[in-house]
Amino acid sequence: MAEKIEITPEMRAVVGVESPPWTHEVTTTSVRAFARGVGYTDLVYFDEAEAKRRGYRSLPAPATYFGTPIFIPGRSNDTFSTPAQTGPSLKHGLRNVLDGGAETEYFDDICAGDTLTVTSKLADLAVRESKTTGAMLIVTQEATCKNQHGKVVAKQRSQGLFY
Amino acid sequence: MPLSFDSFKEGDPLPLLKKKPGVTQLVKYAAGGGDFNPLHHDFAFPQSKAIGSIIVHGRFKYAALGELVSNWLDHGGRIKKLSCQYRGMDLPDKEMTLGGVVKRKWQEGGEKLAEVELFVKNEEGKNTTPGSAVVVLRG
Repeated sequence: MAEKIEITPEMRAVVGVESPPWTHEVTTTSVRAFARGVGYTDLVYFDEAEAKRRGYRSLPAPATYFGTPIFIPGRSNDTFSTPAQTGPSLKHGLRNVLDGGAETEYFDDICAGDTLTVTSKLADLAVRESKTTGAMLIVTQEATCKNQHGKVVAKQRSQGLFY
Repeated sequence: MPLSFDSFKEGDPLPLLKKKPGVTQLVKYAAGGGDFNPLHHDFAFPQSKAIGSIIVHGRFKYAALGELVSNWLDHGGRIKKLSCQYRGMDLPDKEMTLGGVVKRKWQEGGEKLAEVELFVKNEEGKNTTPGSAVVVLRG
């Protein structure tokens, strides 16, 4: 348990630096896998004929799903399946991480067949005291998803809690 | 029936969604979502041992709140904003009750909008994952 966490100028310097873009694929198989993982029973996420009957181009991406980041051994994070290199790394030495929450804004639909290009940046750093884990470093990440037509379809801000 | 702007009012509850994910369901979520953090499937992982159990992915709960809102919409509109905060951990094989209430409905810039407040209650009735959403109705 960390007694005290200091946000150093070196850590501050990482804020706002945009990551190189990474490709996320939205396929019929990947939409089904995500919908199945959540436990959806609405056939729109599984059956293309049903999706078309309800007015979608193909299987729609379930809420909070932004495609699957392409996985490349050595270039992807083996635990979280995200790109390993997301710009300059934040050196804080904290071992444990918990998810703090997320906020997503959608600007257009996402369907199977779409290819998204995602960039992310560290939007904010803060320190908070928690009764259960002691001092926590709160890292706010902002991701922007563009589709194959260059249109921003979603933006997401999420908090990682390091302790 | 797709939800329409005139079919609900402020204060209306959303139909509840119950979930009781076991380890197998969390493994399916890991496969679908790509998060293979052992904290969500490996009881021997040091962080799981420190907590006393594996825990449900926060993102599983976030996605399930998305399912709750999507079920309510029944394709009568789309989600414009969806957020939640993880205030408490949820454990596998425990029932979670997801629900919400309409806080506000209004029209703006030609769009028919509604804001809903969301919750994920554990078996003790504690809201572990408060959230909110803004939806746009088609008609």
